[in-house]
Amino acid sequence: MRRDSKWRETLRACLKNKNFMIGFLILVSIILIAIFAEQIGPYEYTAQNPSVKMSAPSAEHWFGTDELGRDVFSRTVMGTRITLWVAFLGATLALVIGVSVGVVCGYFGGWVDRIFSFLTDLTWCIPGTILALAVVTLIGKGLTNSVIAISLVSWATYARSVRAKTMSLRTMAFVETGRAFGESSFSLMFRYILPNIVPSLIVMVSMSLPSTVMSTTTLSFLGLGSQAPSPDWGLALSNGIAYIGRAPWLSVFPGLALVYTVLGFNLLGDGLRDILDPHMKSM
Amino acid sequence: MAAMVEIKDLVKNFSLSQGIWAKDSRVIKAVDKVSFSIEEGEIVGLVGESGSGKTTLARVILGLTPMTSGSVVIDGIDLAKAGKKDRDKLHREIAVVFQDPVSNLNPRQTVESSIMRPMLLHGISRAEARRRAKEVLDMVKMDERYLDSYPHQLSGGQLQRIAIARALALSPKIMILDEPTSALDVSIQAQIFNLLLDLQEQMHLTYLVITHDLNAVKYISDKIAVMYLGKLVEFGSTEEVTEKPRHPYTKGLMKAAPILDPRMRDRKKEIIDGEPGSMMDLGTGCRFYARCRYASPECQSHDPQMDVMETGHQAACHHPLK
Amino acid sequence: MNEELLKLEDLNIDYKVKGGALSAVHNVNLSIHQGEIFAVVGESGCGKTTVAHSIMNLLAGNNARIEGRILFEGKDLRTCSQKEMEQIRGQKIGMIFQNPLDSLNPVYTTGKQVQEAIMLDHVEKGAAWEKVIRLFQDVRMPDAKERVNSYPHELSGGMRQRVMIAMMLSRNPKLLIADEPTTALDVTIEAQILEILQELKKQRNTAIMLITHNFGLVAEVADRIAVMYAGEVIETGTVYEIFENPMHPYTRLLMQALPRKTKREGRLQTIEGAVPRILEKKPECRFANRCPYATERCSREEPATIRASETHAYRCFLDKGQEV
Repeated sequence: MRRDSKWRETLRACLKNKNFMIGFLILVSIILIAIFAEQIGPYEYTAQNPSVKMSAPSAEHWFGTDELGRDVFSRTVMGTRITLWVAFLGATLALVIGVSVGVVCGYFGGWVDRIFSFLTDLTWCIPGTILALAVVTLIGKGLTNSVIAISLVSWATYARSVRAKTMSLRTMAFVETGRAFGESSFSLMFRYILPNIVPSLIVMVSMSLPSTVMSTTTLSFLGLGSQAPSPDWGLALSNGIAYIGRAPWLSVFPGLALVYTVLGFNLLGDGLRDILDPHMKSM
Repeated sequence: MAAMVEIKDLVKNFSLSQGIWAKDSRVIKAVDKVSFSIEEGEIVGLVGESGSGKTTLARVILGLTPMTSGSVVIDGIDLAKAGKKDRDKLHREIAVVFQDPVSNLNPRQTVESSIMRPMLLHGISRAEARRRAKEVLDMVKMDERYLDSYPHQLSGGQLQRIAIARALALSPKIMILDEPTSALDVSIQAQIFNLLLDLQEQMHLTYLVITHDLNAVKYISDKIAVMYLGKLVEFGSTEEVTEKPRHPYTKGLMKAAPILDPRMRDRKKEIIDGEPGSMMDLGTGCRFYARCRYASPECQSHDPQMDVMETGHQAACHHPLK
Repeated sequence: MNEELLKLEDLNIDYKVKGGALSAVHNVNLSIHQGEIFAVVGESGCGKTTVAHSIMNLLAGNNARIEGRILFEGKDLRTCSQKEMEQIRGQKIGMIFQNPLDSLNPVYTTGKQVQEAIMLDHVEKGAAWEKVIRLFQDVRMPDAKERVNSYPHELSGGMRQRVMIAMMLSRNPKLLIADEPTTALDVTIEAQILEILQELKKQRNTAIMLITHNFGLVAEVADRIAVMYAGEVIETGTVYEIFENPMHPYTRLLMQALPRKTKREGRLQTIEGAVPRILEKKPECRFANRCPYATERCSREEPATIRASETHAYRCFLDKGQEV
């Protein structure tokens, strides 16, 4: 009957869940690499050394060097920062838009709901990457812009799900009781309804992070995201493509880093869903 | 005794119009010209089958949905004309307990914060609210140690007690009890009834109990109101309505309700045929016409008016039973 | 009395749960005869639904461990093969549930679904369809000839339950297990469904096992009753014996907890405490912790079954006729 027993229960479930633990460890390792990127990378990521252009992996250059003689290992390590920033910014933007729209639509219904649901459906039925391409062309190239573009596409997923959950929670007795003793709509939405959606939001966010990362990488790969000399993995992949036969390490290592990250997020998401969703079902 | 709740010609329509283009001018008359009043300190049972409008009526009284026309006067305040201050007063005076114990409380809040919330909202200090939370928990005969519990740790009976405790927090005058025991087991149901009756006597509360359980309503109510497809068809003292029903629907309902005595099983039941039907295509006549064994052509064309007897027993029927 | 149809012998069912095995059904013995309505009553968690599901072999995969014998027409259902069980299910034992919508396929018309059930017995298509209409009329479906073409979502709760009963009738089972069949229905509709069940018993000599928490239903239609508490049958008897002369303290208290009077005649009896979750079996009376008459012996020994009459039995240390 302790106040924190629910959290303890969740924590215990986390420790027991293999997917979650592996995903969590991968995420922790990525965060650590991002924080200590300068210390880990033996070279400055922009430092060019014309004498070792395109050299294969060796003791000095673990992942080899690129066409300008830059150390691929140092660049890949620096790239984690970009990836994490993308994941964080993308998730936050999409969440803020998606949750606000979803809660407001689900709670008020009526014409507000009709207009926003129409927008949501519209966003949903256009292929994500194509819409993002259009947005980037409109607001300009660059990493931040490409993240904004991705968020403007992915918020719809959150909005839909939050709207549905809000609609079912809105008619629940505890919300009705709150209204009956005088709670404001704002309070009902954000004090009563939203906290009950949080567990499934956490799951949704962690499940959608991989696709956010992948989409941004795709935009960079296409030359619409990060611009040179950024150590962005997408950019590195698109550079490496030209030398795939001669110097495969240029694309293999950033690619593996990408796979590692996405795998981590995926496992984390799967684990969180197993841990947090039963609570939602029993509610 | 003064009327605590006075409902007059209350109408609540729902529009069927959905979507931006589809215009549907039809309306559902969920509550149609219902009038009755609840005296102070009285327990009125509101019975009816699903779709009878009993829950909509309660939602109007609670201010959860606006009425279409008519008037509801609660403790001297006209609901339709109430300003901010009056509405604030009503929020404090009317409390509600719903049917489902599990969804009655916010799953993410402790018992204590659930009970304290209405008090904090109405300007009571945190310290005072905390003291009062213990007090109301004691009133529903629950131990203080449950204050820190979350709803999922408690049983149905305990949750319902806590919902009642929260309802008591602002010292209301009226409680709307929407099927308060339907989801509970027999032995727990008895505990909740006893508790509700004790509280009502101690604090001279006024109850409107909505239920489909006729045995329960007979036990707890002073008066019974019977609704059928949005219409109030009969209203009177519990004894009159159960023993000498005047509306054929009431009679059928009373006869159909299971009696907790096997010796009574061979009584004449007069089971009502058919189903309540749709609220949409209602004619001009009595809404019970199609299922009524006493129906006449007059019933099909004219809606019967409420007929009040000297005892206050009223029924809306062209051919009231003797 | 009619021929014995179903007999449960020392039925024990445990669920594997966190922290041990939950004893959901403990040493249940009962028998149901042809042409009777046998009610299994009890509060939530008493094991009544588990018993019903075990007969239909619906517990597999639920981490349930079953012991004891389930004899239907003298044959132990637990030793039946999957195929034999499928034969028995439907053909000899039918079951209806609280929410018929879960049991109906939403993409076929209700008539078609009943027709398919009939055709399982190698009835020709046209004849089966005629039988469907006849069955819909038997269960007093309003506008039966049109309703056969309705989809489940187009029907009311009462009509769906009628479809389910029609589907069960189509194969003329000897035993119908009805798990809270009217709980979701309105009073007037409930009365209609009960009438159909009673006719079934009278006209087809079908045995009905009525699983319910509603004592009102039991008083209206049951011939015999088994009262369950915390996984055990604590009292069995005819409906009159149970309602008028309950012997087990739990049954007695429950009878006084029912709202059979008005508030002017006094408060209702309550039973303090809650139903225990039995994770560890030991010799005891499972009602001891809530029983106002419990002695030290009750938490030490398991009470033997006492026969009060040929049809009436209960499990308690209190002597027959002893005033409590």
